Amino acid sequence: MPERPDTGVFLERRSYRRRRLIDGLRLLPFVGAWLFLLPVFWPGEGTEQAPSMSVALYYVFGAWLALTVACGVLVMVIRLLGSREGVPDVEVDDAAQDETGDS
Amino acid sequence: MTTLNALVIICLAYVVFLFAVAFAAERAALRGKSGWFRAPIVYTLSLSIYCTAWTFYGAVGYAARSGMEFVTIYLGPSIVMMGWWWMLRKLVRIGRTQRVTSIADLISSRYGKSNLMAICVTAVAVIGVTPYIALQLQSVTLSLAVFAEADPSAEPLEKGVAAFWIAFGLVIFTLLFGTRTLNANERQHGIVTAIAIEAVVKLIALLAVGGFVIWGLAGGLSAMMERIDASELGHWQVDRGRWTALTFLSAAAFLCLPRMFQVLVVENDDDRQLELASWLFPLYLLLMSLFVVPIAVMGLELMPSSNPDLFVLTLPMTQGADTLAVLAFLGGFSSATSMVIVASLALATMVSNHIVMPIWLALKGDVASVSGDVRHVVILSRRLAVGVIVAFGYLYYRISGGSAALAAIGLISFAGVAQFLPPMIVGIFWRGATRIGAFAGLMVGFVMWLWTLLLPSFGADVILPASVLADGPWGIAALRPQALFGFEGIDPMVHAVWWSLSLNAVTLWLVSIFSFPHPLERLQGAQMVNVFDHSTAARGWSATAAKSEDLLIMARRILGAGEARALFRDEARRQGQSGYLPDPTPQFLQSLERELGASVGAATAHAMISQIAGGPGVTVADLLAVADESAQILEYSSQLEAKSAELSRTAQKLKQANTKLKQLSVQKDAFLSQISHELRTPMTSIRAFSEILRDTEGLEAEERSRYASIIHDEAIRLTRLLDDLLDLSVLENGQVTLHRQEGNLKSLLDRAVQAAQPAGKAAIRIIRDAEAEQVRLDTDLDRLTQVFINLVSNAQKYCRSPDPELRIEVHAMRGRTMVDFIDNGAGIPEQDRHLIFEKFSRLGESDGTGAGLGLAICSEIMERLGGTIRYLPDTGGTAFRVTLPQSQAIAAQ
Repeated sequence: MPERPDTGVFLERRSYRRRRLIDGLRLLPFVGAWLFLLPVFWPGEGTEQAPSMSVALYYVFGAWLALTVACGVLVMVIRLLGSREGVPDVEVDDAAQDETGDS
Repeated sequence: MTTLNALVIICLAYVVFLFAVAFAAERAALRGKSGWFRAPIVYTLSLSIYCTAWTFYGAVGYAARSGMEFVTIYLGPSIVMMGWWWMLRKLVRIGRTQRVTSIADLISSRYGKSNLMAICVTAVAVIGVTPYIALQLQSVTLSLAVFAEADPSAEPLEKGVAAFWIAFGLVIFTLLFGTRTLNANERQHGIVTAIAIEAVVKLIALLAVGGFVIWGLAGGLSAMMERIDASELGHWQVDRGRWTALTFLSAAAFLCLPRMFQVLVVENDDDRQLELASWLFPLYLLLMSLFVVPIAVMGLELMPSSNPDLFVLTLPMTQGADTLAVLAFLGGFSSATSMVIVASLALATMVSNHIVMPIWLALKGDVASVSGDVRHVVILSRRLAVGVIVAFGYLYYRISGGSAALAAIGLISFAGVAQFLPPMIVGIFWRGATRIGAFAGLMVGFVMWLWTLLLPSFGADVILPASVLADGPWGIAALRPQALFGFEGIDPMVHAVWWSLSLNAVTLWLVSIFSFPHPLERLQGAQMVNVFDHSTAARGWSATAAKSEDLLIMARRILGAGEARALFRDEARRQGQSGYLPDPTPQFLQSLERELGASVGAATAHAMISQIAGGPGVTVADLLAVADESAQILEYSSQLEAKSAELSRTAQKLKQANTKLKQLSVQKDAFLSQISHELRTPMTSIRAFSEILRDTEGLEAEERSRYASIIHDEAIRLTRLLDDLLDLSVLENGQVTLHRQEGNLKSLLDRAVQAAQPAGKAAIRIIRDAEAEQVRLDTDLDRLTQVFINLVSNAQKYCRSPDPELRIEVHAMRGRTMVDFIDNGAGIPEQDRHLIFEKFSRLGESDGTGAGLGLAICSEIMERLGGTIRYLPDTGGTAFRVTLPQSQAIAAQ
């Protein structure tokens, strides 16, 4: 069976990719917190250097949208990889992975 | 201009529509078409009850007052949702496996099904959420009043009366659709559907108003942005402490608000719902807050004197967009009603499960003997609780006068329920958190919240005198409500959140590490913390006392006759029995407890089952399961220890074997050179003398005969040597055949002594005890004699004493006969003793006449015969003990 090893390597890579994507999902809230904490360091109240409201709006809503899209894409790709791999549920394989302490 | 009457009619029509939808949904669910309600999108939409009237109206007012700060209320939950993998996934899993009915139930379950914890959480929740319900009533009333003022034909709105009827309507709706089923885990299909529709309505309404403001009034996005930058909100001006604290607070409240817990955890069916909501709900929040600033800026510009909390409504009204104003009203109405319905339901579940039921059970005493259905008690208490909670909200609204800014009330409420965060989160991630610790932490946090936030929020001299606010109680400056421990100048909100939550968590931690949890607590803690490891619970009831029939009677009262019977029949079938009564196995009792817990809460269900099953439900096996982690580690390490001990023992043995092998190898080398020498010496004489015989002419007959006899003697010596080698090899290979004969030990010894001293010359004096030697034997006598001969001749050869003597002693010990050969020689040095029975072993002092095979042969013979030969130490000379085979000893008796 010559194609057998290839399939194995392919699946392994896919499962590896999926786990790294889950890591990305785990990181996302921290990225979010970092992005939303950034405005704290903007020049302070009432001074002339303070960014205008439109800039602030664009920044906050832009970051928000980017995070949302990133989260959506990650979740969907993870599910896609999981379903092709035959893993019925995202956390089924993750629970096992948690126990083994990841790869 | 929409008249007030027209608005009321539209509003009623909307409510009727919601009723119809809810009713249809209930009917559809009854017919089994419940798939749609479990769709992830419905779950996401139901989360939108986070966006109450506070969001719908209040966010704009908030933005008008404090700029971008309003957005923190939505950033916190967005981060929590995106970080679902960390926390929500675990919470939801715990909620499903433990069949949690409310946040109070979760915390009480975690801390050993403690009813005290449940009561505390319920009380804090009611106190924290009541202002929030008042806020919803207030916002709907205010929005109605706006229409009333604008309507010249209508009389001015009596706000109190309006609020009363709104509250009344909400209670009716909640009772109709929310308290039908007892099982709090079951989806309230009617309500969920209505909420999903309301979620869509409020989103559309807010987006429509935003679109109207930007493209209708401002003339496009860039024009709007210019207006924003030119307005008084034109610059980034946010209090940094508040920005951070409020983001954190909203994240905490998102998890801890009873209504959010209800939709997030209790109503969750699978992780797929969470997956979708993880990005869709942040998007929903984003859309809800997207147009807040534009609306606020436009409102401030066009109506500077108007209440900014109502800009969403008043902007379209004053600009002549009547339909939009009605839509905005419906959006606000939707936001308020959905929140009140879910919040009052969630609180009512908590109140009935954790306050009413335990009291009722305590009053009734033994519930198992009470006849009748207790379901009506639960449902009645739940209905009453809904009424009472909404009534509280109404009273709060009347007392507070409906004046405070919406945002302030909402935040106070947030900070109150956020006190659940430490016991909940620490509880599901740290097994060490104890009930006493959680209770102490919660109390400290709650008191801090009361003192630093709620009481001062009423203003000076309402509840707290101004002097206390300024100088602290009894003049203790360190206890000033808004400057605890002398930290002045902090924003009161940040101050309260900081102190209440940090002291709450620190108290929880400190008390936990110095207290000890009881078994059930540890069990529950282990199950929740390790929920992904073992989804099936390990705790059990010792079911000996429980009677299946009693259980069925009790279950019938809570679950209803049909459902209870079905549950019992399924279990009986699973156990492989016919009929309705399964065996009360621990597993069954546990699943029954869960089932009851879904209706009346974990603590109550636990109490009810324990009344029938009797005794504490914790068995030794359970305790072992609690400790399973540490036990596994212990077991593993003891296994390792055993293995390493075994290994070191083996290594020790190997080392000994190696030493022995080395010695043997040295001996073998020595023996080989010895044996070649042994063989060579006689061969040399034989060759020499045979050559003399062959080549020398004229030998005397006497001389010839002497030479021939030398050749003969040497040939005999060679033969003996070869015989010994052959004998040993035969014995070692086990090819020897034994010739059993009967005989007497004495005659054997006689033969041996004679053979060893052939010429009769007594080189060694032999001391014997003829009496003791009268032992009958049944064995291979020739072989045994061979052993004795060897021992006697050895003594003769090697005893270096000037007056050599050999004692032959015969003992009977424990049924066996032992023959000791003890001479008065030098003995064998200890380091050589373990070698003497090896082949080729010759001690250093030997004279070279033996080949070192004698004792090896003896040892082999004795082994074949079933006896032993050992060196006997501590006799003053060289001594060997021959233990005769047992069969002979028995025969001799």
